[in-house]
Amino acid sequence: MENNKIDWKKYVIVFFITSLLFILAWYLSNYFSEKKLSQIKTIQNDIALDILSSETQFSLLSELSCKNITAESSLSKELNEMGQKLEWGEDNIDDSSELLYLRRYYSLLQIKDYLLLKNISERCGNKYAFILYFYTDVDNCTECKRQGIVLSSLREKFPSLRVYSFDYSTNLSAIKSMLQIYKVEDTKLPALVLDDELLTGFRSIEELETKIEKSFALKDESKSKE
Amino acid sequence: MSTISEVIFYVLTFLAVYVQVFFFVTFFENNKKIQNRKGSTKLKKYKGVTIIVPAFNEEATLCKTVRSILNLNYQKDKIKIILVNDGSKDNTLKMMNRFAKYPNIRVFNKENGGKHTALNLGLENLETEYVGCLDADSIADPDSLNRIMNVFENDPTIMAVTPSIVVTEPKNLLQHAQRAEYFMMVFIKKMFGFMGGIHVTPGPLTIFNRKVFDNLGHYKEAHKTEDMEIAFRMQKNNYPIEQCNDAYVYTNTPPTVKKLFKQRLRWTYGGINIMLDYKDMLFKKKYGNFSYFTIPTSVISVFSIVFFVLKIIYDFGKFVADQVLQIKTVGFSMSYTLPKIDLFFVDTGTFLFLSILIYIFVIASIMIGYKMVTGRYRITKEFFYYFIFFVTISPFWLSKALYNTLTSRAPDWR
Repeated sequence: MENNKIDWKKYVIVFFITSLLFILAWYLSNYFSEKKLSQIKTIQNDIALDILSSETQFSLLSELSCKNITAESSLSKELNEMGQKLEWGEDNIDDSSELLYLRRYYSLLQIKDYLLLKNISERCGNKYAFILYFYTDVDNCTECKRQGIVLSSLREKFPSLRVYSFDYSTNLSAIKSMLQIYKVEDTKLPALVLDDELLTGFRSIEELETKIEKSFALKDESKSKE
Repeated sequence: MSTISEVIFYVLTFLAVYVQVFFFVTFFENNKKIQNRKGSTKLKKYKGVTIIVPAFNEEATLCKTVRSILNLNYQKDKIKIILVNDGSKDNTLKMMNRFAKYPNIRVFNKENGGKHTALNLGLENLETEYVGCLDADSIADPDSLNRIMNVFENDPTIMAVTPSIVVTEPKNLLQHAQRAEYFMMVFIKKMFGFMGGIHVTPGPLTIFNRKVFDNLGHYKEAHKTEDMEIAFRMQKNNYPIEQCNDAYVYTNTPPTVKKLFKQRLRWTYGGINIMLDYKDMLFKKKYGNFSYFTIPTSVISVFSIVFFVLKIIYDFGKFVADQVLQIKTVGFSMSYTLPKIDLFFVDTGTFLFLSILIYIFVIASIMIGYKMVTGRYRITKEFFYYFIFFVTISPFWLSKALYNTLTSRAPDWR
């Protein structure tokens, strides 16, 4: 028995087999990432279509009664789902350019949804409260993380509360316009806009609860005046 | 994950897969050489063999062990048995003396000094060409010695032959899990055998040509893993070690997690320290695959487990920190709703597929080991017990062994 014979060819062959297995694992991972991205795109297309449909309905408001506008509740769910999936994708999927594009499109859809629902709410007197939330992922913003937890909790508590979140650094002219309108500064993040009032820095759940309840009460008041 | 830990992560995963592929390529190369004999194996010539049974407080199992040697199918007048009581505090010596009436059995009594001293006392009184040890908690299969000696007969250059160790009568889930692990070790040991890279000659019935001890010296304390040290010494001196997969020895395994932990801590601590003692053997062409595969494989397994343990601790810490932040921010809420099951959120990263691959390799290793022992392929529930117990407990003894090595604290023998 030759105890010290080394078969170098075998070491090389094993290296190639291992590399092939790695490539296969990488290929499978990419395949599923692509599937997930296309799932996000499908949701995105659905949302775009729903918004277009609601906008068209809204344009026809003069000929229709408010009760015929039905899209907003399912739209909220879809937007929420897309937001969650995008967030997960950003943490787990490597294709950053595709995700960046989807994130920008998502921000745009949120703005459109916000404007549309605000109009519907004013026109039809629906009781909605809106929060625009500006955050950043840069510099590990712990306050932003805490603010996100507060807003998720509030969303569960107030089903008619619509929270739209925007990454400060998203390169999109529509977001830049909003930042200018509300005078949001990058040094004062997280920032919230509630009933056109800018709130900078972390805001506790108690404080926001009071403000949201006040916002709903104001809407009740204006509705009863009408 | 940061870039550095990501690089370490992929390098270790690559190496772990590499090791598994190496085993399977070796298996496909040598599959036809694996024997699974039934019935009695006959030898051309029966050479003298001494079996040393060192014992410390083994009154419960000693009798069965000695009887199993007496019942070996080997030519009776060619077997000599040396029973060494290593300062037991129970009735081990009394039980040994009961066997003193047999002409081929000699009993020695000494003060407690550790297993290597008991074995060395046996070696000092050696009269035969071949010698082995049988731990007092193990039972030799009647045909095991014939099959082992058949390996020496077929290739006289072989200096030691190790058997397949099988767990006897598992009573609880932990012992069933160990049974699966021992099947896997039969496979791995056989593959190491094919490449000349066996790194341990275990206590239960490894048989040596006496030249090993005459030329290389007797057993050493070796961090209480003398069976590993002698194998390293043999490899260093190019003394070939073979594995005989169809020579079975049945052994008792620790029945509790605490006892298993203690046993594995000793093995792992010994293994790490022997590797450090023999670090000069690493990547030297003259030591063959032992140098390029066996030692690196052990090093990789230590580092991989430590890295993954640290990763699990880090991930768990992150999870706890998130929960604390949540409670601190919005208070504790009992109204948690069950998350909706959505396959989208299953992490289908490269690591998932590599992990599946490694699990497939491990299951296949246990299956082949099972076949080497029982003669048929089968997946049993023991395989899953193995994953449950060993994946959760082994990182602890490994981390402790590393910690002990770093702080130079040897674990207790028992």
